[in-house]
Amino acid sequence: MSRVDIQHVTKRYGTFAALDNVSITFNDGEFFGLLGPSGSGKTTLLRSIAGFIIPDEGTISFDGEQVESVPVHRRAIGMVFQSYALFPHLTIAENIGFGLDVRGVAREDIKKRAAEMLAMVRLSGLEGRYPRQLSGGQQQRVALARALITRPKVLLLDEPLGALDRRLRQEMQVELKDIQRETGITAIFVTHDQEEALTLSDRIAIIDQGRLIQVDAPQTVYERPATVFAANFLGDANVFRGTPVAEGLKLADGTVIATLKPSTGAAIVRPEKLRVAGGHKKAQGNSIEGEIIQAIYSGASVTYRIRTKVLGDTPLLAFIQNQTGEVLATGALVTASWDPEQTIPVDA
Amino acid sequence: MERTAKLYLGAVLVFLYLPIVVMIAMAFNRSALYEMPFTFDLVWFKALAQNDRLLQASWNSIWIACVNAAIATTLGTLAAYAFARYDFRAKRLLQILLFPPITIPWLIIGTSMLIFFFWTGIGRGLHAILLGHVALSLPYVIVVVSARFANFGPQLEEAAASLGATPWQTFWRITVPVLLPGIIAAGLFAFAVSFDQFVISYFLAPPGTSTLPVEIYTSIRKGFTPEINAISSIIILFSMGLMLIVARNYKFGGDN
Repeated sequence: MSRVDIQHVTKRYGTFAALDNVSITFNDGEFFGLLGPSGSGKTTLLRSIAGFIIPDEGTISFDGEQVESVPVHRRAIGMVFQSYALFPHLTIAENIGFGLDVRGVAREDIKKRAAEMLAMVRLSGLEGRYPRQLSGGQQQRVALARALITRPKVLLLDEPLGALDRRLRQEMQVELKDIQRETGITAIFVTHDQEEALTLSDRIAIIDQGRLIQVDAPQTVYERPATVFAANFLGDANVFRGTPVAEGLKLADGTVIATLKPSTGAAIVRPEKLRVAGGHKKAQGNSIEGEIIQAIYSGASVTYRIRTKVLGDTPLLAFIQNQTGEVLATGALVTASWDPEQTIPVDA
Repeated sequence: MERTAKLYLGAVLVFLYLPIVVMIAMAFNRSALYEMPFTFDLVWFKALAQNDRLLQASWNSIWIACVNAAIATTLGTLAAYAFARYDFRAKRLLQILLFPPITIPWLIIGTSMLIFFFWTGIGRGLHAILLGHVALSLPYVIVVVSARFANFGPQLEEAAASLGATPWQTFWRITVPVLLPGIIAAGLFAFAVSFDQFVISYFLAPPGTSTLPVEIYTSIRKGFTPEINAISSIIILFSMGLMLIVARNYKFGGDN
């Protein structure tokens, strides 16, 4: 249970900067998601905290104590690997007890603690099995129990649920969150799955090209993204670009859309904030006329792709709650409208 | 079609095992000239017990093969570990250099070793034979153990480190046990390469010292005696027994 402090960390491979002057503080007991595309540097950051990668510049501290020069095995971390990395030649009990065994803890105590951990991950009775005899979800739990038995300062998870199928993943998300709450451990996990990041995290960092794009609570990152990249990476977004004017943003065709705050040249609106009505008529708030090029009915909601003059090839995306049971047909002329407060200025 | 296949299989087994079976049978036949009818007798085993030269050569062979297996397996496993886990200059070149010794005829390697050992003052003798065998079996060991490393990424070792294991603990408690099937296979390979080795041993053996293959060759030139059948039978039964134990405990190419 610790605070992890990253200050000005840079890691280069040749001329490529995998991490570019990253500073971030992970608070005590926080469940923190590092979200970014592959190659963004999120895994490099996680492995730097673990000690597998030594940064070229900057400091990493656990509770104020610098650890850059501390080798992995003395950092008091716990790590869960995407492939689980269970030891194939050891039983489940031996796998879970490994961290205590190498510290010279007495056999009886190891047995007791391993049984406790197994109970926590609801796998009691499987002590004598070997990893290959377990399902993916069970192996995942063993990996978690093994990482937590030494009471590490920080738990690091590398795409922890990536290898599981969708149903199991959702189940494990709940369980992982519960265990993290119970133990109160600081946990940092890497994912490229936005839903996973939103569900699990107390805070999210969006990472791209070795830089932090935004660090905030999931709701803030979603509702108030800082950049076009953040908006697109976490959820879907309609992006408008133009010139800043007093009222908001002036688009290429002269349309002015009002924004929440003064913009610097780009603004986004989430597809579910749009209203779509048949015909071309001025609606309240911001509105744009267009033509439906695709309507996807999925029961509870309808997704429209609308061609507009101002967005050109990029369709305007609208998610509409199915309240009336009616679906607008492809080819219909429509007006999409939304509130200025939902028009969030972002950095390009 | 199936008939042809069975016939083919039968022919292969006959050509492979019949000479061995005949040899073992003749070790127990009283006649020195392979005369029939077969009369069971242990006379050649008794004669073998008196043949100090053959026994000494056998002992030399076994001793060299065991020490060679131990040394080559240790060095080779460490080399395979370095190839698998570290990046260094000329790594690729060194890996490529592993293969020529396997394909260069032993006669040529033997000649060059003889010249080199003579020139450097290492000379001839059991120590020279052992040195030659280690050099010869090292590439086999590295290739066999590296194959095991190929489906064993660094994650297990990283996991051990993250759990607090020192590099030493990680090596002995994770790396070695996971590699063990490969290490055992490599050790048997090294044993066989040495135990079978004739050419290099022949070149490096000074007068009065020899290994079993060299001694068998020398005796055959002087005139064949069935004592050789006797010692060969013992060795065949021993090595087949060993291989059967290994084959029972390890699936080919699989995990454990």
